[in-house]
Amino acid sequence: MNVKAFLLACLLPVVAQAQGFAGLGAESEGFAMPAPDPVFDFPADHGAHPDYRIEWWYLTANLQDADGRDYGLQWTLFRTALAPGEAAGWTSPQVWFAHAAVTTPERHFATERFARGGIGQAGVQAAPFRAWIDEWALQGPDFDTLTLRASAPDFAYDMALEAQGPLVFHGADGFSVKSAEGQASYYYSQPFYEISGSLDLPEGSVAVRGQAWLDREWSSQPLSRAQSGWDWFSLSFSGGDKLMGFRLRQTDGSFYTSATWIAPDGTTTAYPDGAFSAAPLDEAQVAGRDVPVRWRVQLPARDVDVTVAAMNAQAWMDLAIPYWEGPVEVTGSHDGRGYLEMTGYE
Amino acid sequence: MIRVSLAALLSHWRRNLLQLFALLAGLALATALWSGVQAINGEARASYDAAAATLGEGRYDQLVPRQGDALPVETYVSLRRAGWRVTPIVEGRLGDVRVIGFDPVTAPAGFGGLEATAALAPGDTGAAKGLFGTADTARRLEGLAPVTVTRGVAPGVAVGDIGVVLGLLDRDGLSRLLVLPEQPIGRPPLEKVAPELRLRASQQTADIAQLTDSFHLNLTAFGFLSFAVGLFIVHSTIGLAFEQRRGVVRTMRALGVPLRVVIGVTCAEMLALALLGGALGIVLGYALASVLLPDVAATLRGLYGAQVSGTLALRPEWWLSGMALALIGTAAALSRSLWQIARMPILASARPRAWAMSGAAGLRGQALAALVLLVAAAILGLVAEGLVAGFALLACLLIGAALALPVVLSRVLALIEARSHGPILSWFWADTRQQLSGLSLALMALLLAVSANIGVSTMVSSFRLTFVSFLDQRLAPELYVEVDTAAQGAALDAYLRGQGLEVLPLYSVAEEVAGLPAQVFGVRVGPTYRDSWAFLDAGDAPWDAVAAGEAVVVNEQLARRADLWVGDRVTLAPGVSRPIAGVVGDYGNPRGQVVLSEPFFATLYPEVRPLRFGVRTQDPDALRRAIEAELGVPQSAMTDQAVIKRASLDVFERTFLVTGALNVLTLGVAGFAILMSLLTLADMRVPQLAPVWALGLTRRRLGWLELARAVVLALCVFLCALPLGLALAWVLLSIVNVAAFGWQLPMFLFPVDYARLGLYAALAALVAAAWPAFRLMRTPAGQLLKVFSHER
Repeated sequence: MNVKAFLLACLLPVVAQAQGFAGLGAESEGFAMPAPDPVFDFPADHGAHPDYRIEWWYLTANLQDADGRDYGLQWTLFRTALAPGEAAGWTSPQVWFAHAAVTTPERHFATERFARGGIGQAGVQAAPFRAWIDEWALQGPDFDTLTLRASAPDFAYDMALEAQGPLVFHGADGFSVKSAEGQASYYYSQPFYEISGSLDLPEGSVAVRGQAWLDREWSSQPLSRAQSGWDWFSLSFSGGDKLMGFRLRQTDGSFYTSATWIAPDGTTTAYPDGAFSAAPLDEAQVAGRDVPVRWRVQLPARDVDVTVAAMNAQAWMDLAIPYWEGPVEVTGSHDGRGYLEMTGYE
Repeated sequence: MIRVSLAALLSHWRRNLLQLFALLAGLALATALWSGVQAINGEARASYDAAAATLGEGRYDQLVPRQGDALPVETYVSLRRAGWRVTPIVEGRLGDVRVIGFDPVTAPAGFGGLEATAALAPGDTGAAKGLFGTADTARRLEGLAPVTVTRGVAPGVAVGDIGVVLGLLDRDGLSRLLVLPEQPIGRPPLEKVAPELRLRASQQTADIAQLTDSFHLNLTAFGFLSFAVGLFIVHSTIGLAFEQRRGVVRTMRALGVPLRVVIGVTCAEMLALALLGGALGIVLGYALASVLLPDVAATLRGLYGAQVSGTLALRPEWWLSGMALALIGTAAALSRSLWQIARMPILASARPRAWAMSGAAGLRGQALAALVLLVAAAILGLVAEGLVAGFALLACLLIGAALALPVVLSRVLALIEARSHGPILSWFWADTRQQLSGLSLALMALLLAVSANIGVSTMVSSFRLTFVSFLDQRLAPELYVEVDTAAQGAALDAYLRGQGLEVLPLYSVAEEVAGLPAQVFGVRVGPTYRDSWAFLDAGDAPWDAVAAGEAVVVNEQLARRADLWVGDRVTLAPGVSRPIAGVVGDYGNPRGQVVLSEPFFATLYPEVRPLRFGVRTQDPDALRRAIEAELGVPQSAMTDQAVIKRASLDVFERTFLVTGALNVLTLGVAGFAILMSLLTLADMRVPQLAPVWALGLTRRRLGWLELARAVVLALCVFLCALPLGLALAWVLLSIVNVAAFGWQLPMFLFPVDYARLGLYAALAALVAAAWPAFRLMRTPAGQLLKVFSHER
């Protein structure tokens, strides 16, 4: 039995179940559960919440170089707890892992890291903000001014981020419901980062700039047992509006959807199940499976009817937990760019 | 009709129980030999896989502390934080069990050899409290630590989460860090992050895999040999069984049984017998392996520090392959016999000798094939390098020689026959030659068995001789003392030198030399080195040059791998290189070694102080007591040479015990093949012997002649086996060993051993022929008379 399987089987209860991402619906005994009407405490809540089973700091960015060539970038730090709470040293029940990726129109680079909690190899500190695993780090004096770093055998990046707007809260003031049974998470974002820096790719170093979107989410049982995966969209329209929408796929073939409309000034409107819809238009053969890479996304309440197409259909994250994540282009009623994440395509 | 036909065929066995026994025993023995060797091999290999998974650190570069034996967790974290992808290992002992702790989160895939049970199960603390190991390990750790029994972990080792193991060993520090193969770009150099650590290149610790593999190469070679011997035996057993039943078959055909039915029934019958014989053989092989396996386990444990589970699992690989051997051998023999049955004219006489008298054309084809194979072997012998070529050479040589045997024997016997005088002698040789084809398969089996015996025992004995003289050279000091600190070492050195004794401190450091991992030694050049070290190749006064710091001595492994010989320069540090003054033989050690003088070593590695000392003394016991009294060094820290030598020799004695046991078995099986061939031929030979008897030779005399014939044939085979065995040994020592171990073993000849083997072979033949000869002596005269009265 190799360590990878070993990890999947035991260390990451997230994917412990045979149903893959549906494992997010695993039992959550002993862990704290998200409750409605949250009162966030910043900067403390930018840090880790070890009493909850899973948590992430999820950054995606749409970038361009001086020649107008498009790039996508991802940096995600995950925390998963084998048991609630924190302990010092090797007995810590916290396990960290992180994914980093760069997508070009032709290629997709992805890598991952794993770390034990308790020994300082990985962690998140609220103020000054510092999220790190090995030499990878997202850090700065506060949450609005950050630097970002990751490296792999075949790529690396070094970026600077500056927030141009406020934090936005999804669902009911940051309490984001994920199923009809009531599974939920705390979920807020900083979608207004301007980002610039350099990408080190096999063909050389390239200076890039663009827009980044950071998601913060934590929970103990975010999915219901009857959900097998999700399709998540973060779209930035050229008019300045932004749309976050996701579709949770249920094993009976139905969907649970949710969306947040973000105005340029950061005011949000949350849309309940059914308001947002996303339907695959085209599939591509990716890593031996069919994955939808062109979508029709609609939010009739905002007259949104757009086609969302992957910049690079092969943006497959071939990691311990495999999924699709990459930059997208938006055309139709609104133009823009964004990121798409699709999980649970076995 | 099918049932009647089957009953008719089977009735033959009822009337000839001995033949049935011969058939089943032949099949069973061949299968047993093969499956026994396979079982031992397979079991040992499976244990190695577990060992490789558990102990497979050798594949990775490692970071180890320059001083001391532990590094703090903080160093690990700062390396990770700097971009070094490393994973921590802690190692220690609980009781007599080696305990290894690793971090499953960062360890490379496949590390630890754990099965689905998890070191880190989701639980209240996140880390399970226990270790993982085999049932035996669990028993040995009873009361020390909870152990979850897992098959994938190497014997004698318990693994667990690093946090758990640190707690059990009551330690904070890590033993070492493994450097993962994939590293990010832009990683800073080690000196900047952790200058107190040293990078140990991966190859250096890969010795377990390398050594155990090469030992198993021997066993594998032996396995193939036994497969060949087994095939010969199965083939000859089946062939003879058919020969004896030609009459039955002819009668059945004459009575109107269709050919199709005869063939179908025969196939079914043979399949059943092959399955039965094969199954018996597998049971026998299992018994054989379980008798031998404790030795295999002990051998490997002693030699390489690797452990083999002392338990046997009934692995499908080996029992299936054993069954396949029985079935393939049967099918090969059957196809030929069936073809003959198909072509046999219904009303022709049974001609029971026909098979044994296989045509001259067949012999010519066989001779041609043998020639081609032997020529191929000769060419390979000239150009072969590497393991595959070595084994191809072995195969060509052995099969070629086996095929050539009947041709050679036939020529030799013809020659003797032409020169012999007197009717009885002439008849004897002619009759012997005439019997050759019937016995040839059994004789080939004997040839292979004897030559394997000669080859393997030559190799083992050569190894022993070389190794003993090597031990005398390397373990010259009478007493070894080990101390804990450099200060103790200095005090010991001063004390001993004050006594006027020759002290040999052992300085050593693992280093990369000529791009290869090697061990660099610092020695105090004195009479011991000058007198007892034998060089394979050396310049003038090598030790003077070494003592002056102007040259170094390297071992054969380094010389071969780096292709650096006497006169070539070895770079020891940036800008520091020295010419090689001599190359020494170094057996049983996979690593390269460089020997420097003590002062020169100190300039290169000032931080390394000796903790082991060899002392030359006439009275080791008195010195032991003095050192204990004067310096407080415990007795347990002192070893005398005799003990080390004995331990080292024991290891090698045991190593080849198994090979020896299997050798004897092969010889036994070959002897059995001869017995069965003779027994089954005996009845057919009655018509040939009857006229000789009628001419006045007594049955007693005939019996003695039969015995003499067996011995003569065995001796002839032995004479052929001698050069073949020596060639086999040469290939093992000069080609296979160099490819596997990196050094060539000098080949020694052991004429007395060979003479004894010749005696054994003759003895085996004598024992095999005794019963048939005895039966011949007791053959009723009436039976012989019947030959002349058409009553047979």
